[in-house]
Amino acid sequence: MPAIELRNIRNYACHGVNLEVFSGELMVLLGPNGAGKTTLLNIIAGLAGYDGSVLFDGAPVDGVSPQKRRVGYLFQDLALFPHFAVASNIAYSLKANRWSGEKIEARVGELLDLMRINHLVSRYPHQLSGGERQRVALARALSLSPAILLLDEPLSSLDLHTSKYLRIELKQLQQRLDITTLHVTHDLGEAEEMADRIAIIHEGRIEQVGRPQEVFFYPANEKVAAFIGAPNILQCDKTRALGHGLVEVTCGGLPIVVPYDGDSIRKIALFPRDIYVSLHKPPGPKVNRFKGVISRIKDLSESIRLVVHAGNNQLLAEMPRHTFESMGLVAGQEIFLILKLAKIKVCEGGLCEQGDSK
Amino acid sequence: MNRPKKIKPWWGILPVAIFLAFWEAAARLNLMPGHLFLPPFSVVMQESYHLIASGVLIENFLSSLARVVIGFCSGAIAGLIIGGLMGWKEVLNKAFSPMISLLYPIPALGWLPLLMLWIGINEALPIAIIFICCFFPICYNTAAGIKSVDRNLIQAARTLGAADFRIMITIVLPLALPAVFTGLRLEAGMAWKVVIAAEMVAIPTGIGALLMRAESLIRVDIILVCLMVLSFMCFFFERFFLYLEDKLTGQWNQHAGY
Repeated sequence: MPAIELRNIRNYACHGVNLEVFSGELMVLLGPNGAGKTTLLNIIAGLAGYDGSVLFDGAPVDGVSPQKRRVGYLFQDLALFPHFAVASNIAYSLKANRWSGEKIEARVGELLDLMRINHLVSRYPHQLSGGERQRVALARALSLSPAILLLDEPLSSLDLHTSKYLRIELKQLQQRLDITTLHVTHDLGEAEEMADRIAIIHEGRIEQVGRPQEVFFYPANEKVAAFIGAPNILQCDKTRALGHGLVEVTCGGLPIVVPYDGDSIRKIALFPRDIYVSLHKPPGPKVNRFKGVISRIKDLSESIRLVVHAGNNQLLAEMPRHTFESMGLVAGQEIFLILKLAKIKVCEGGLCEQGDSK
Repeated sequence: MNRPKKIKPWWGILPVAIFLAFWEAAARLNLMPGHLFLPPFSVVMQESYHLIASGVLIENFLSSLARVVIGFCSGAIAGLIIGGLMGWKEVLNKAFSPMISLLYPIPALGWLPLLMLWIGINEALPIAIIFICCFFPICYNTAAGIKSVDRNLIQAARTLGAADFRIMITIVLPLALPAVFTGLRLEAGMAWKVVIAAEMVAIPTGIGALLMRAESLIRVDIILVCLMVLSFMCFFFERFFLYLEDKLTGQWNQHAGY
């Protein structure tokens, strides 16, 4: 029985959403801005009106108020109470549920330990850093030990370093607490790294649900494919084992090192966002670094895709718009490509078949 | 390193001292035209001592103070309650705001002729004027303050299991305090200005009445004493609410200006 089940949910932003999230699972709700992700979380929490049915553990909760639904909800802007210190923010739900003073103190202590924020206990929200605020908000959302946790772009407001670090921590915490989680994001890398399963949402409809590899390599339709972006598929020969679980293959004239244990590789796949572009020859070991020439530039508004010729290959590389602008790249320019070793996938067992055909 | 210099508070006193010295000198040396009847500052101070010692100033001051306190408190409480309800329930806001928008622009003293006919010339008259003067702006500021509280905070409190009444008491009202205090602070000063004007026009006691009697006796020194008392009281009332706001919200409200 799914922990959360949505049946034909409709309102101003959702147009017939059906979704099942299983107990203890971390499902990522992935979609572009304005797809209805936050609205769907609000519906589950009981904060937005809807037609259709929401079930928790098989029991409908449609008439139930947000107060009684007992979901942990981490808002996108965190919604920390600015006039309460950290301890009072965390204790808010416990007081609202009329816990005794001693029990509140013990529970707040537990949560401070869990999130490792003991030193922040008497600070006010405006005195905290972004990452610290995140932890306080999460502690508050977990205070009543909810069975369901809703996370609305929890990492989007943080700098890259903090965000990557918290990603791992959040996933570990979710597994340790074994809490059913619906995590909203528009970041593909974050989704791939954290999700047990991914649900792709577009214009208020769920377009595809599956494990990250399924969704990334077998987009169900054009909308999903356009959002995900097709991977680069390279034809390879001359496999040479390097030991330590690495092999070197030659793909279109480029010697590429791949994490792999078998003996023969025919194709490899790599997503455009996992290819870095550098203006200068990158220092360090020369593994998976190649010279290339930009042949075309595609503007996707938030990000930019470059078509790059390297060896006999045509590779797609993707970068955020601000990076592109600060580098001042133009077509015909010579650049260096760095292929992220850990992200290169070997095509076997039918992987890449669809991407290859196009 | 270049640190910003800390400006000493006595810098604000210096211009006042220079002004008083000029005043004293101008009056003593007869530099002012005779028809201004300008007494030196020291004479004004002497006169204020006489007025206090004879009890005249105290008596009039206390009757003005009583009117301000009663009028302001009743107007503020009514404004807080009605404004609070309007901010919290959209239905009440829709119902009341047209009427309040129509009555709000009428200057408090504009009500005086009407109230003189309805209430008569007695103690209730200045109190009613101050009530009207305070009620509308405080009501308006309170409603606006409550409505400006971030909706997300209310939603968050609901998912954390808090009932509506608890959210009102623990989240909405505390966060509306800065806006509420803006209303209270401005109207506390305004109440003094209004009571003086009402007393000058219609009431035989109070600082305003004392001002009018001094005028008829051409006692510029008494007029100046009354104006000083008025200035001091406006300042003191505003400062009191600034202090109170800082006490209540200073820890989290970075804009508290005390």
